[in-house]
Amino acid sequence: MDLTLSPTAQALAYLASAILFIFALKGLTHPATARRGNLFGMLGMAIAIGATLGGAEVQGYWLIGIAGVIGAVIGIVLALRIQMTAMPQLVAALHSFVGMAAVLVAIGTFINRAQAGTLNSLLMGELSAGIVIGAITFTGSVIAFAKLQGIMSGAPIKFLGQHALNALIAITTIALAVHFASTGSWVSLVLMTLLAFTLGGTLIIPIGGADMPVVISMLNSYSGWAAAATGFTLHNNLLIIVGALVGFSGAILSFIMCRAMNRSIINVIFGGFGTDSSGSGGAGAVASEKGVKSASVEDAVYWMEDANRVIVVPGYGMAVAQGQHALKDMMELLQARDVEVKFAIHPVAGRMPGHMNVLLAEADIPYDQVLEMDEINPDFPSTDVVLVVGANDVVNPAAKEDKTSPIYGMPILDAGKARQVYFLKRSMRPGYSGVDNLLFYQDNTSLIFGDAKDTIEGIVSSLKGGGH
Amino acid sequence: MSESILALYVFVLACFIGYYVVWGVTPSLHTPLVALTNAISGIVLVGALLVTGLDEAGIGASLIGFIAVLLASINVFGGFLVTHRMLSMFKKKQKKG
Repeated sequence: MDLTLSPTAQALAYLASAILFIFALKGLTHPATARRGNLFGMLGMAIAIGATLGGAEVQGYWLIGIAGVIGAVIGIVLALRIQMTAMPQLVAALHSFVGMAAVLVAIGTFINRAQAGTLNSLLMGELSAGIVIGAITFTGSVIAFAKLQGIMSGAPIKFLGQHALNALIAITTIALAVHFASTGSWVSLVLMTLLAFTLGGTLIIPIGGADMPVVISMLNSYSGWAAAATGFTLHNNLLIIVGALVGFSGAILSFIMCRAMNRSIINVIFGGFGTDSSGSGGAGAVASEKGVKSASVEDAVYWMEDANRVIVVPGYGMAVAQGQHALKDMMELLQARDVEVKFAIHPVAGRMPGHMNVLLAEADIPYDQVLEMDEINPDFPSTDVVLVVGANDVVNPAAKEDKTSPIYGMPILDAGKARQVYFLKRSMRPGYSGVDNLLFYQDNTSLIFGDAKDTIEGIVSSLKGGGH
Repeated sequence: MSESILALYVFVLACFIGYYVVWGVTPSLHTPLVALTNAISGIVLVGALLVTGLDEAGIGASLIGFIAVLLASINVFGGFLVTHRMLSMFKKKQKKG
């Protein structure tokens, strides 16, 4: 009995798979439907793989089986063992795999088609697109991974003529792609591939660590376009559809992240933010005359336990200190005293979109107490205590008040409008942007120095010990 | 209509679907969104299977395809599982009973 799927059956299976992927993304509209969405995604993928293996083109199964099992084991182990704080690194690593796979598929297709003598210019043009986008995704993601993991400094790497060099590499890559498409030359193929790999690196190195939410989103987008380009070369509509979905998803996230920093995508890509100190002089000069107040854990507890509402503003510092679990204990103790506790999330807090939400969810903090910037900003004036945990620029009033500030125009959380603001900080070092935080010098602000987690644990034990 | 133009139609229309679906995603699930899109872009696995499984594939293409299948499988399995792990953590406030 021949079990091979007919091309029509295969195409219909791919269609079903594409629809399931759309439902998967649609599921993420709300946390309540999200898990079902992910299951749709898995089902879509299973159908796609089954339909491909069952089709007439795939004849050998040995190599596929071995590679698939090894990949599955690595993937499962990674997914189970990864710490939630390391999610940005994992995502960067996974993006690099998609990029490399797209490059390999394109080259493999070229070899197979060259052997069969079915090459043409259009196909080779499409192959070039797959290779170039895939290669840029690969090295870009490797650099992003290295920066996130701390293997490489998060500081922007800039040098004279950087943009001119990138432009030169890009133009040469395109010229080689055109030459390859018209002649099928191996030399052009190899050179083009190498240059595209280089470009991926040189494009990402000038982008600083705290712009990682944009970088991750952009690379997410690239990995989608790489899959779409692969779809064009293989005339596979499923890859084209999925690539477009993923490509647009990443593009929209990049847009949202840029909007949340009031910066254009061009400004982020050409990077180097945080190294330019001009403009921040004004704010710094005013600030240094005023001085800051420091406070003890007991001061904060005194205000918090009698408060009606406490809002916590978490930032990357909370992730670094792993302070989310202590925050959950604090939340419960305060709630037991009838204090309303909410969490305010700025879109670019952390190192990837939605990073803080995942960490708070990991600590079992219910998602209906975690609010986005626009939802929670009206609540700050009627809030008694704001606790800023490892965030800085996202609450800096300079974004509203100081026209010379590099972060002027960035939407911020209005933490300063609360009655009392406590900053949990390691040191007086300014935030990522290098801009002094005007909020430090406000009368209602105090700084509690020390490791964020230790400080919160101090608050927790004080709340446990005290009580009325 | 040539096959490539048809593919272009599919691509452009899918872009529109992506645009409208993704704007609906709640910001609190942006990290799972990245992880999920990551998992489904593992769909390049289909391409890798086609390269590797071809009867006439030579040793070079087979080897290249082998690595591609391996990498894409990491994405598919790792991506969906880590998304599942994250989504399982998102809980609503429990009603006090």
